[in-house]
Amino acid sequence: MDFKDTSEEATFRDEARQWLETNVPADDELKGLDEIERSKLWQKRKYDAGWACIRWPKEYGGRDASAIEQVIWNQEESRFNVPSGVFAIGQGMAAPTMMAWASEDDKVKHLPPLASGEHIWCQLFSEPAGGSDLAALRTRAEKDGDDWVINGQKIWTSGAHYSDYGILVVRTDPTVAKHKGLTYFFFDMKSPGVDIKPIKQISGGANFNEVYFTDVRIPDSQRLGAVGQGWQVALTTLMNERAAIGGGGMGVGFDRIFELAKRINIDDRPAIEDRQVRAKLADWYCQESGLRFTGYRSMSALSRGDTPGPENSIGKYVGAAKTQDMASFAMDLLELSGAVLDSEHGEESGIYAATYMGAPGGRIAGGSDEIMLNILAERVLGMPQDVRLDKGIPFNEIPTGSN
Amino acid sequence: MVEGVNFEFSDEQNLLRDQARGFLQDECPATLVRGILDGDESYSRALWERIGQMGWTATVIPESYGGLGASYLDLCVIAEELGRAVAPVPFSSSVYMATEALLLAGTEAQKEKWLPKLATGEVIGTFAISEGSGRPSPANLNAKAVDGMVTGTKIPVPDGDIADFAVAVTASQNGDGASLYLVELDGVERASVATLDPTRSHAKLTFNDTAASLMGVEGEGWTAVEKLLNRAAVLYAWEQVGGSEAALEQAKEYAMGRYAFGRPIAGFQAIKHKLANVYVKNTLARSNGYYGAWALSTDAPELPIAGATARVSGTQAYYFASKENIQTHGGMGFTWEFDCQFYYRRSKLLSVTIGSESWWQDKLITAIERGHAA
Repeated sequence: MDFKDTSEEATFRDEARQWLETNVPADDELKGLDEIERSKLWQKRKYDAGWACIRWPKEYGGRDASAIEQVIWNQEESRFNVPSGVFAIGQGMAAPTMMAWASEDDKVKHLPPLASGEHIWCQLFSEPAGGSDLAALRTRAEKDGDDWVINGQKIWTSGAHYSDYGILVVRTDPTVAKHKGLTYFFFDMKSPGVDIKPIKQISGGANFNEVYFTDVRIPDSQRLGAVGQGWQVALTTLMNERAAIGGGGMGVGFDRIFELAKRINIDDRPAIEDRQVRAKLADWYCQESGLRFTGYRSMSALSRGDTPGPENSIGKYVGAAKTQDMASFAMDLLELSGAVLDSEHGEESGIYAATYMGAPGGRIAGGSDEIMLNILAERVLGMPQDVRLDKGIPFNEIPTGSN
Repeated sequence: MVEGVNFEFSDEQNLLRDQARGFLQDECPATLVRGILDGDESYSRALWERIGQMGWTATVIPESYGGLGASYLDLCVIAEELGRAVAPVPFSSSVYMATEALLLAGTEAQKEKWLPKLATGEVIGTFAISEGSGRPSPANLNAKAVDGMVTGTKIPVPDGDIADFAVAVTASQNGDGASLYLVELDGVERASVATLDPTRSHAKLTFNDTAASLMGVEGEGWTAVEKLLNRAAVLYAWEQVGGSEAALEQAKEYAMGRYAFGRPIAGFQAIKHKLANVYVKNTLARSNGYYGAWALSTDAPELPIAGATARVSGTQAYYFASKENIQTHGGMGFTWEFDCQFYYRRSKLLSVTIGSESWWQDKLITAIERGHAA
């Protein structure tokens, strides 16, 4: 065990670092561009130089890099403040699903524009009636000639309003059991009949959308997997989702709180000298460190050729709760001014209050805390699944509630 | 800056783990632990002898002193398995503390005299720091050495009733620091002290002008103590990791076989989520253990941070796993007849043996304040 790169890895790291140092856009270059324009500029630059989606095969716009090289690249890129979020769903979830299930023609056609940032994709799985119980979704697809006609509603679709394509799971047969009547498609978000309505969140932002489908036509050629195989295809996407979401901290992490505790006083002494403050900080440090080295361990497994499994659910579960607790704690240190969200008057532009308001979403998105614990218990520890009262019952005979 | 990705034990170390686990399944079954719990023996002499024959006590002792000169990573692997087996032997005192103290601060003569016998296990050493309730510090030590003669009381001392010598932390001669003294215990007044974990014995040692030999520099012993504790923190953490995992396995096995309301209780979310949370804490502790193992084995400047991180995580994981293991068992877990108590006892003993959770939380933040973050 050591933390040193092999000589090949070190060479790769040097190459990556040098390229980044000369090519990361300067602030001037980004002036006046919005988040999407900035993201596209950076992604295109990486793509042109062969540094986009490096783990992908070359013919799809990648670099044929190894898993370890991907990790090294991520480490190096994360030293710089470069935008990347808008491509996470397309590159992290849609692309692996396309690679596993799409025709060769579609891979060649759709993967390179995903890698170059030309196209942004979104994911349309959740519905008002199917959240944690995802397979309970009700949006219908009916065959009409070579097309499918879609009617229904999706919800919690991040980035639907700026996406070019979407991945979609719909019900093609309501007369068979829940998981068996689903089919998976990809489609053009600008198709007639697609109506996007932003959802205002408690954080004030509106990254999520409701997406309504009214007689939207999708060619059968854009089906991934067989009719009725949609659940299996969706699992490919979902396993990649948890890896993609990981343990993001939204900027409020140990280092920031540690600095705050040195700066803010309690009873005229720096807060960092307070025993309770130290104990809490130590716990968060241990959590961050534990997540980081859990990540390293799964990288090491990757480098041996093993596939990281559901144990990666830990990152999101621990990280999201930690972010919420840290934001809350920072606001306590600041006393009443901790509540200030106003970027002019708030501590660090109100980041703690903003993070506090955003944090509940982190504990729900991509599988709630409770779903993560179920996954760990069932798939890692091998404990039994919950009793399912809808098991084997035709979907259209399953009882439904009013909420 | 820690940035690489080659973060696994080697094939040889994984083989060592398998061998150690198999050995302890044979030589240290639950019935052996229970024998010590219920009986009058301080430790399992038979198991200790077998461990000596296996060379585990010799792992990191240099070959020039009769040891194997192997990596600390090997020792971490062994520590994990001893923790998993709740082994009733003085391994931690003799290896993580006494041997390490000699390697760190012993004179050449002390090393030559003791290390070869520590390596074979024919001699047991221990570390004597506590003097009753509270957190020891250079300012509150009463035991004192004057002209090589130690006077004072140490209580509780792990394995103090069976050790051949102790590394005692005393106030320095002029009272402005601490010193380390090696004290041979033959003839020293010692009395057994019962603790919550009878599978690990403790004693009260009373020194009365007892001849002792200085280790390191008089008055500068506390620096050595800090370093010793930072190193031991990693090894104790691996025992905690092993114990946590064993407790989780026991809880899961019971939940899978125990039926209520017509199905295994392992199918209820209340139990699944409980054990998933144990798994999460165990995983964080294990991963931090890797960090500590790396820092210990390379003597990295990050060791004060890595050791404290591993230790805090290990303490929290084991406490949580051991108490929730009893909870999962319900009333049966509270009976003497069931083995859940092994982990519950050992987890708390380990968590206070080289400093409590809050002590190590504080040490962690102090280490971060001083820099050397990874």
